[in-house]
Formats: sequence, C-alpha cells, structure tokens
Amino acid sequence: MKKSTGNLLKGLIFISPWIIGFLIFQVYPIYKSVYYSFCEYDVLNPPIFIGMDNYKNLFHDDIFLKSIVSTAIYTVMAIPLSMIVSLFFAILLNQKIFGRGVFRTIYFLPSLVPMVALAILWKWMFNGENGILNYILGLFGISGPNWLGSTMWATPSIVLTGIWGVGGSIVIYLAALQDVPRSLYEAAEIDGAGWFLRVRHITIPMISPVIYFNLILGIIGCLQVFAVPYIMTAGGPARSTYYYTMYLFDNAFSFLKMGYAGAMAVLLFIIIVAITIITTKLTASRIYYAEK
Amino acid sequence: MRKNNLVKHKSHKKQRLLSSVAVHTVLIIGAIAFLFPLVWMLSTSLKPLPETTKIPPTIIPSKFMWSNYAHATTAIPFWKYAKNTLIVCVLSVIGTLISSTLVAYGFSRIQWKGRNAVFYCVLATMMIPFPVIMAPLFVVFGKLGWIGTLKPLWIPSFGAAAFNIFLLRQFFRTIPTELTEAARIDGCSELGILLRIVLPLSKPVLLVVALFQFIASWNDFLGPLVYLTRENTYTLALGLQFFQSQHGGTFWNYLMAASSLIVLPIIVIYFFAQKAFIEGISLTGLKG
Repeated sequence: MKKSTGNLLKGLIFISPWIIGFLIFQVYPIYKSVYYSFCEYDVLNPPIFIGMDNYKNLFHDDIFLKSIVSTAIYTVMAIPLSMIVSLFFAILLNQKIFGRGVFRTIYFLPSLVPMVALAILWKWMFNGENGILNYILGLFGISGPNWLGSTMWATPSIVLTGIWGVGGSIVIYLAALQDVPRSLYEAAEIDGAGWFLRVRHITIPMISPVIYFNLILGIIGCLQVFAVPYIMTAGGPARSTYYYTMYLFDNAFSFLKMGYAGAMAVLLFIIIVAITIITTKLTASRIYYAEK
Repeated sequence: MRKNNLVKHKSHKKQRLLSSVAVHTVLIIGAIAFLFPLVWMLSTSLKPLPETTKIPPTIIPSKFMWSNYAHATTAIPFWKYAKNTLIVCVLSVIGTLISSTLVAYGFSRIQWKGRNAVFYCVLATMMIPFPVIMAPLFVVFGKLGWIGTLKPLWIPSFGAAAFNIFLLRQFFRTIPTELTEAARIDGCSELGILLRIVLPLSKPVLLVVALFQFIASWNDFLGPLVYLTRENTYTLALGLQFFQSQHGGTFWNYLMAASSLIVLPIIVIYFFAQKAFIEGISLTGLKG
C-alpha cells in the first residue's frame, strides 16, 4: 500500500513538467477562449459579458461564412490530391528499383523547406508575368492564368504548393508498406492479379491504419492553413484565399476583437473534433488492424 | 510443354522489364517536378536582377552573382535574425529534451495508478490546434511580460509536448526492465536510473526529438508572427516575410538568396542525420 502511494508520487513528480505546461499553456488558454467568446474584449479594457452575441454575429458575418466556404474548398481539393500523390509515389518508391535511395531523397527534400521560403519560392514561380510556370506552359502552347491574382486559380495554386511538401507522408507510407507481407503479393500474382488490383485489394487495406492517420492529420492541418496563403496572397484576391485561421488571426490581432476571435476558436475546435469523430466512424469498418 | 513454359517465362521477363521502364519514367518525371523548384530557387538567387525576368529564362545564370547573397544578408539584418532564431532553437531543444525525457520516464518506468488514463490525456492534447489557443496565450504572455521577447517561443518547450513524450515513451519501453530493476535494488534513485541507464541507451531517439524540435522552431512562422512585436527580436522566418511584403515582386534574386540561406542549414542537417530523420518520421505513423 505504502509503495503504491510512493510510486504515485514519484510518477506525478516525473510527469510534472507536462502537467504544468498543460495547465498553463493549454487548459487555461482554452478556458479563456471559451470565456472571451461570451465577452466583448479588446485586450486594453476589461472583458464585458455579452452572452451569445459573438456567436450570433458570426452567423451573420459574410466574411466569416465566406472563410468557412473557402477553407472547405481548399480542404476538399488538398486532401484527396495530396493523399493520392503521396501514396502513388510511396508505392513506386517501395519497389526494388535502380537509384531508389536517390529518388527517395529527392521526393523528401522539399518537405524540409521552411514554410516561408516555400511560399515565397512558389509565389515567384506562380508569378503571372515573369513566373517560370507560365513560361513552361507556354512551351506547350498553353497561356497560363495569373495564378495568384485570379479568384479561380488562387486556391488551386496554394493546394499545389502544399503538394510539393508531401515528402513527410511519403516516408510514413513507405514505413507502412515495408510491413506488408510479400507473400500476399506473390499469391495474388499467381492468381493473375495485375498491378492495380494488387494495390486496390492488398496494399490499401493492409496500410489502412496509416492512411487513416494521414487523413485525420491532413484534415486538421488543412483547417488551420495559415502561413502559405498569408505570405502568397494575403487572403486575396477578393478574399478567395482568406481562410478560417487568417480571419481568426485578424480578429484577434488586427481588429483586437478577442471575444469574437474566441468564439471562432471555440467553433474551430468543435469543427475539428466533430470531423475527427465523423471520419473515424465513416472509416472504422474499412480499417484493417493486424493482430499483434 | 517445355517450350510452352519457356515462352511464358520469356514474356514474363519482358513484362517485368517493361514495367520497370514505366516505373522509372514516372519516377524521373516526378523527381524533376519535385527538384525543379529548388533548382529554380538557387538559379534565381545567383542571377543579376535583369536576368531574373529574361525571356527565355536561363537555368544557369550568365554570371554567378555571389554578391546577391552578401546583399541579402545586409538588406535585412540577417545575422541578427539568425542569432534570434538560433537562441529560440537551442533553448527549445534543451527544454524539450529535459522535460520530455522526465515525463516519458514517468509514463514508462514507474508504475502508478491511473498512468494509462493520464497518458491518453497526453495523446488527446495533440488534437488542440495552435490557432485555438494563440489569442488567449497572447494575453497570458502579455501578463507575464513576455510579449516582445523571445520567451513565448521557447519557455513552453519546458512543458513537454505530447508527440515527444509519445516517441520517447515508445523507446523507453523497449529497454529491458532487468536493467532498471537491478539498479533500483542497488539503491539507485529514479533520477539516477534515468540519467545513468535509460538515457545512454536512448541516444538515437533523443537525436530524433532534438532534430525535430530544432527544425520546428527554425521553421515556425505563426508563433513569431503573433508574439514577436519588436523588430529586433524577429526570427529569420518572420524577417524574410517582412522583407518580402515590403519589397516583394521586385528583387526576386535577393529574395531567393535569402530563402536559400534559410533552407540550407536544414538540408545540411538532413544529410548529416538522414537515418534519424527517416526513422523519426516513420515512427510518427506508428500511432495509426
């Protein structure tokens, strides 16, 4: 009995850095976010309680509604595309081919580029007048759009910029692919299953937990997208890339509407938890967990 | 019958060759697409200004303007920002290593009631996105008098992040209990066991945690944007964006030179610790 209380104390002492950090840098700010969301608060003057007004106003705020729509469009474009690209190259890079190490390094390198450098570099490449992308398209007789200056192409441009950094998920998929037993492929090959069938019926089911993991992290990441659009388009043109977090940021730090920002933060948290639960429910029956 | 088999074997071999050629073609096209932006960044960074907008564009600059790099480091107070960035990186790495090894030890080597329940709590905190807490954190840091200093960017690392705890705990669990039990019987304290037995065996995973933290701090943009209100505390990421927003759209060669300088240290670190990187990222998928 005495030993177990001693252990409890020891355990708590060891994890105390986490407990303290958790309380100060996570629990307290979340509590404050909720509290501010019911107040009018400009940082300089004490918060004034206004009940549900911030939430009510949000749903009559066209900029807010538009930011939700743009964020949704961005997410719906970015998630499938990045998952297909990373899975596709991971499968190719998993085969025994000449120069595999070099290929893997090349695909991984861009994911190391800091967000700011990445955004500025692609801003330069997407440049409507002197950008290299439109020059290359011109070689094929295509006259490229003014990517970042067009309401139609700005979001796809930002999606494409993100695709360049999928190296991290390629590595995660590669690790998972190594655990798929070779015997399964050999058996399928004997049965005459082609490449596509093998991917569809062996690879994807076998690595489904990792696909699920990347999917959830991908969605959470997309809903928070900030640095790249902030640097590349500053939300323009016509707020077509003015995503959720950018409006939250502006409310908090440009307009000093902490209460309004608090309501947005609370809603973002609820949206993320809800989407995670829904995705988990929808994919649960499709995920295969090997018995360990 | 035998002949038939031989033909079959031959066509099979041919098919293999064909598919290998196809795979290589796709991979080479992909590799060009992935590598080209980096090449273009370096290329632009070395061009004289008029050549950056020349048609047709040149990949290899007509003249290598190494002075662009010198200019990029004086157009913004590059070395001052580099120093700030390094301070944040180094202090965050120290904070992360100290806090997450202690916490991971508490979650893996000491048996206590409710340990697993609390650990699930730790994992759940990974769901909390930074944008949700950044505004109230600003108020908290303001009350502590940290706004305008580098403190908001490194002090929180002393409060162990969930992902690092997870990674270290996974590793600590693989260390045989006999080793730590023997030390315990010999009267070694828990802290002594952690320092003398567990940590020396955990060098590879400590390297992964340190590297990831260093890079996260080096790359961080939103944190510095929110909390660094004074220009002389800017980090490189923030300084570069500031310069870009002031002079963007003109001096692409200087911008690309400055960008290259920010990318370079990360790439150098990667080539020195390639194995640790790949293993670390692979481990992140373990949770799935």
